Amino acid sequence: MNELRELYQEMIIEHGRHPRNFCVLENASCKQEGFNPLCGDHLILFLIEKNGVIENISFQGSGCAISMASASLMTDAVKNKSIKEAEKLFQQFHLLITENKSEENLGKLAVLAGVSEFPARVKCATLAWHTLKAALQNETQTVSTE
Amino acid sequence: MNVRKDFPILEKIIYLDSGATTQKPRCVIDAIQKFYLEDNANIHRGVYELSQRATKKFEHVREQVKNFIHAEHSHEIIFTRGTTESINLVAQCLSHNHIQKDDEILISAMEHHSNIVPWQLIAEKIGAKIKVIPITDLGEIELESFRKLFTAKTKMVAVTHVSNVLGTVNPIKEMIRIAHENNVPVLVDGAQAVPHLSVNVTELDCDFYAFSSHKMYGPTGVGVLYGKTEWLKKMPPYQGGGDMIERVSFEKTTYNKLPYKFEAGTPDISNVIGLGVAIDYLNQIGMHAITEHEKKLLAIATEELKKIPELKIFGESENKIGVISFTLNDIHPHDIGTILDHENIAVRAGHHCAMPLMQRFNVPAMTRISFGIYNTEKDIENLIKGLKIVHEVFHERIT
Repeated sequence: MNELRELYQEMIIEHGRHPRNFCVLENASCKQEGFNPLCGDHLILFLIEKNGVIENISFQGSGCAISMASASLMTDAVKNKSIKEAEKLFQQFHLLITENKSEENLGKLAVLAGVSEFPARVKCATLAWHTLKAALQNETQTVSTE
Repeated sequence: MNVRKDFPILEKIIYLDSGATTQKPRCVIDAIQKFYLEDNANIHRGVYELSQRATKKFEHVREQVKNFIHAEHSHEIIFTRGTTESINLVAQCLSHNHIQKDDEILISAMEHHSNIVPWQLIAEKIGAKIKVIPITDLGEIELESFRKLFTAKTKMVAVTHVSNVLGTVNPIKEMIRIAHENNVPVLVDGAQAVPHLSVNVTELDCDFYAFSSHKMYGPTGVGVLYGKTEWLKKMPPYQGGGDMIERVSFEKTTYNKLPYKFEAGTPDISNVIGLGVAIDYLNQIGMHAITEHEKKLLAIATEELKKIPELKIFGESENKIGVISFTLNDIHPHDIGTILDHENIAVRAGHHCAMPLMQRFNVPAMTRISFGIYNTEKDIENLIKGLKIVHEVFHERIT
């Protein structure tokens, strides 16, 4: 039960149910889709990027609590960050949810550390991040982490 | 039903995903090993005794399958890699001459992807159309609509015997009768039926019947296609290679007789032997007893699950076997699956390879439990306990 509590922390369930930045950005400079066809997690990421900075970011979609909470927390975490900072954050986050290691304080993102005990769910937690990465690299293909 | 002792793996897990694949009894596992230890040789080739012995054992399984599904002739039993390949075989072979441009293929709204995509592939290639037989909210085929879908262009009906999501046992005998009135052949996807019901292809009068070994307590990698002789004779070969030929020259090849015409290359011999042992095992228990056992579990589980508020069951036909798909409030099936897994309970979560059916019911995914001969009331109790933990984790209470 402890591992489950660790995975499904209050904040994750709350963000899963009521995700932040959950809307369409009409004037988005970039739009990218992420879809895991086997499990059905799906999101569309909207970005406004100016001079290497993510000025605004939002998403829409549906999926499990982990994927939705992760997307919600990610949009909060990378807003107003530079692309470089966002990329670094993703590296740190990846290390956290795969090996439960954190070199820096990841703030709210740290609530997803419990995913490291559930390898099958890493793909849920990283879908939004891989979608962001693809968006920043101007890729057009739908992203999947399966 | 006292069979749990035959399934060593069940000591470690509460297995409620037999619809995906069944666990294997020890006798099947042992038979595969025994084949390799004592009887392994390629079949239909060697003059030596060992090869003849392997061939005899392999062909004996064809006879067993024929009897198991009550076919008339063993040459109407073709071994494939699985239900999926069986369906692809029929679709591809019929696309050469039977199904042509602008012709129509009827499939139902509750088909597994494996009975959708093979038809789409040929439809795209030759310019044929796919029409969908609608289903009701209870998860039953709309027979009247089905009747009305036939036109002069209808060339094929492909329908599942039992839905892998809804558990509905479709009225395929009636559907086959209607199709035949319109001179249209019918392929039945029997993957979810053969492990649970006594199937009689002669009585059904279907033209093709496809199923998999691994869903009926046999090994993976083996499937069966039953086809009526007249159709199998008319169809061109599926794949070319060894075993399926009579004479080969660079100018012209003539094909082997049925069923070998459709069995190119060395088949999965050991696993076909394993399937034979699985059939013996099922026959010993008796298909009637299996159906009754699983119906009882279905009734108990349905009653228990319905006590849970916010739990919605999809598929409420009276003609239903041991599959229950449900959603629980707004909790995503993958979260349910992870929490149940943590309690050592294996269930299926997702779209169940039936995305169009998910759309029909307007949900992205469902959680599914499916029973096999080894499940017990205790498994259902554990499932209910597991679902209570799901609620606790998501801060809800079930009374």
